[in-house]
Amino acid sequence: MPAPPLLALRGVCKRFGAVEVLKDVDLEIHAGQVVALLGDNGAGKSTLVKVISGVAPAERGVIEWEGRAVHIRRPHDARDLGIATVYQDLALCLNLDVVGNLFLGREIRRYGFLDEMAMESRTIDLLGRLTRAVPELRAPVVSLSSGQRQTVAIARSLLGDPRVLLLDEPTAALGFEQTTEVLDLVDTLRDRGMGVLLISHNLGDVKALADRAAVLRLGRNNGFFNVNTASQEQIIASVTGATENVPRRGTSYEARW
Amino acid sequence: MRRTTENTQADDAAAAAGDPSARRGHTLSRALQDWGAALRRRFRAGELGSLPVVLVLATVWIVFQSLNGNFLSPRNLSNLSVDIVGTGLIAVGIVFVLLLGELDLSVGSISGLAAAVFAVLNVHHGAPEWLALILAVLAGTAAGAVQGYSCAKTRVPAFVLTLAGLLTWNGLMLAVLGTSGTVNLDENGLVADLTNYYFTHDAVAYCLAALCAGAVFTISYLDRRRRTAADMPHRSLRHIALRAGAIAVVAFVSAYLLNRFQGLPLALLIFLVVVAGLDILLRHTHYGRQVYALGGGVEAARRASLNVTGIRTAVLAASGTMAAIGGLFLASRITSVSQTSGSGVLLLNAIAAAVIGGTSLFGGRGTTWSAVLGMLVIQSISSGMAITDTPTAVQLVITGGVLFAAVVIDALSRRSQEAHGRA
Repeated sequence: MPAPPLLALRGVCKRFGAVEVLKDVDLEIHAGQVVALLGDNGAGKSTLVKVISGVAPAERGVIEWEGRAVHIRRPHDARDLGIATVYQDLALCLNLDVVGNLFLGREIRRYGFLDEMAMESRTIDLLGRLTRAVPELRAPVVSLSSGQRQTVAIARSLLGDPRVLLLDEPTAALGFEQTTEVLDLVDTLRDRGMGVLLISHNLGDVKALADRAAVLRLGRNNGFFNVNTASQEQIIASVTGATENVPRRGTSYEARW
Repeated sequence: MRRTTENTQADDAAAAAGDPSARRGHTLSRALQDWGAALRRRFRAGELGSLPVVLVLATVWIVFQSLNGNFLSPRNLSNLSVDIVGTGLIAVGIVFVLLLGELDLSVGSISGLAAAVFAVLNVHHGAPEWLALILAVLAGTAAGAVQGYSCAKTRVPAFVLTLAGLLTWNGLMLAVLGTSGTVNLDENGLVADLTNYYFTHDAVAYCLAALCAGAVFTISYLDRRRRTAADMPHRSLRHIALRAGAIAVVAFVSAYLLNRFQGLPLALLIFLVVVAGLDILLRHTHYGRQVYALGGGVEAARRASLNVTGIRTAVLAASGTMAAIGGLFLASRITSVSQTSGSGVLLLNAIAAAVIGGTSLFGGRGTTWSAVLGMLVIQSISSGMAITDTPTAVQLVITGGVLFAAVVIDALSRRSQEAHGRA
């Protein structure tokens, strides 16, 4: 019997007021695999990330961690399980410095006070492994470039040695070189046995990196693909919904005007 | 970080140089150069800190001293140092709230309420002073906590909620005072002593000055030693010594001037201890880091699983507590509590002091020391105006001008920080 997936979602639903954003969504992330989550704008990708990370808990459906049903009600729950998230907007405190952001909410303390030295030394360690251009640690994050901020956000997510990493559009704001750096990093993490959920608009990235791809369309699952065998056209068709009956807006609708 | 590494290298180079006297001169000029470079870098990055307010304070002092030779006399400076305490303590509470990017308009009323609670309990009901004092401060804490909790839960901006508080607590104060109108406090009591007790012995002020400079040096030195041992970037010895030296100069000059009048005022000592203690709380503890984080971005703080409601409540409770303590100092200064306690320009002065001192209105930037500096500026202007017989009209206009400049500097430095990030 194969090992159960690290993280599995079964029939997850989420609504914001009257809008049903996610409807019966299934998803599996295995250890040592990169799963790409694809979908058009408004398909519910970011909401799904928020459901898994506990920022916006699901209303119905089951979340399984290593085959066992768990409840993720707060960001804290997800973190305790070993799920780390890099949000699209990075969720950094712009006024804090790099060290402060990395350790926000889990500061190292010494005699009850913040142990700036220990935190700084771990930051240097961690950033040194991620990137060659380590930003100035004591400058407020507001003064860093977007690439540097992305690095800080990823470093922060890796701090607690998570087993599943959610990356929401990690390369959208980056230049070519930094994109390569981030993709290499994701590769390394997969080799270390981490499960990665990668949200991306860039099919090139997905093709290069992901093992499997799940497509969301209008808040529902719209296909699972093995990235190595599926063609780009198939995936795009699934994302855009070209496989559906396209002319939905009937003549009767227009006739009313 | 980059700069400190350079410092260390320069330090080593200086140590390698043979001639000690040449080394000393070289060291000083290099230290000043480093300082200038750091200043320029911070200027470009929009992190001015307390530099503008120190310049303003120096200007104010020079102008008034040239208008009237008594302005910088020990007597006037000593009075000034006691006058800043009441409003200054309230301004410290305002700094907490401003760090969240919010505003607390109820501090004036809370200070009046606390003073009224103390006066009525002590004078009318004969409660011992220490008990009345504790209950008065707790009344302020409770008032602040109620506002903080409802602000966090309803997500109404604190500015509006505390406006409701301003009216409510003021009404409550009138109810507490009842028909008595003005209550006179015991002239020789504990609260009266808060602002009229002076440590007349010269040694007290000098010892405390030495202690303070010594503590700053020791802490920085121990930190440096720990960092050197771990092979981490650290401040140069020269930098540490220069900083401790600057603090020592300020402390000893102040001690000398205060000793030439009546000695170190108890009020000033309490004020500085509170400010220093809360500065450590804000910048070197888990709690303080959460306050700054919340000011830097609510969403980011929430996703880092910080307890947003708890922090909001705690911050407004802190502001209420400081307002109550400040109110007791203000009552102590005039040894009476009346229906006008906590009204008038008190609230505006407290907010102006925090902002003039360099705490950002946009949240997330500033320290409790800005309350001291800002209050010094405001009180210097008003004291100088009184000495030179300038009409109140001019005083208001000038204080307003300084506040305007402070807000503009805050906004500009914020913008330049963002521009720096894009570059």
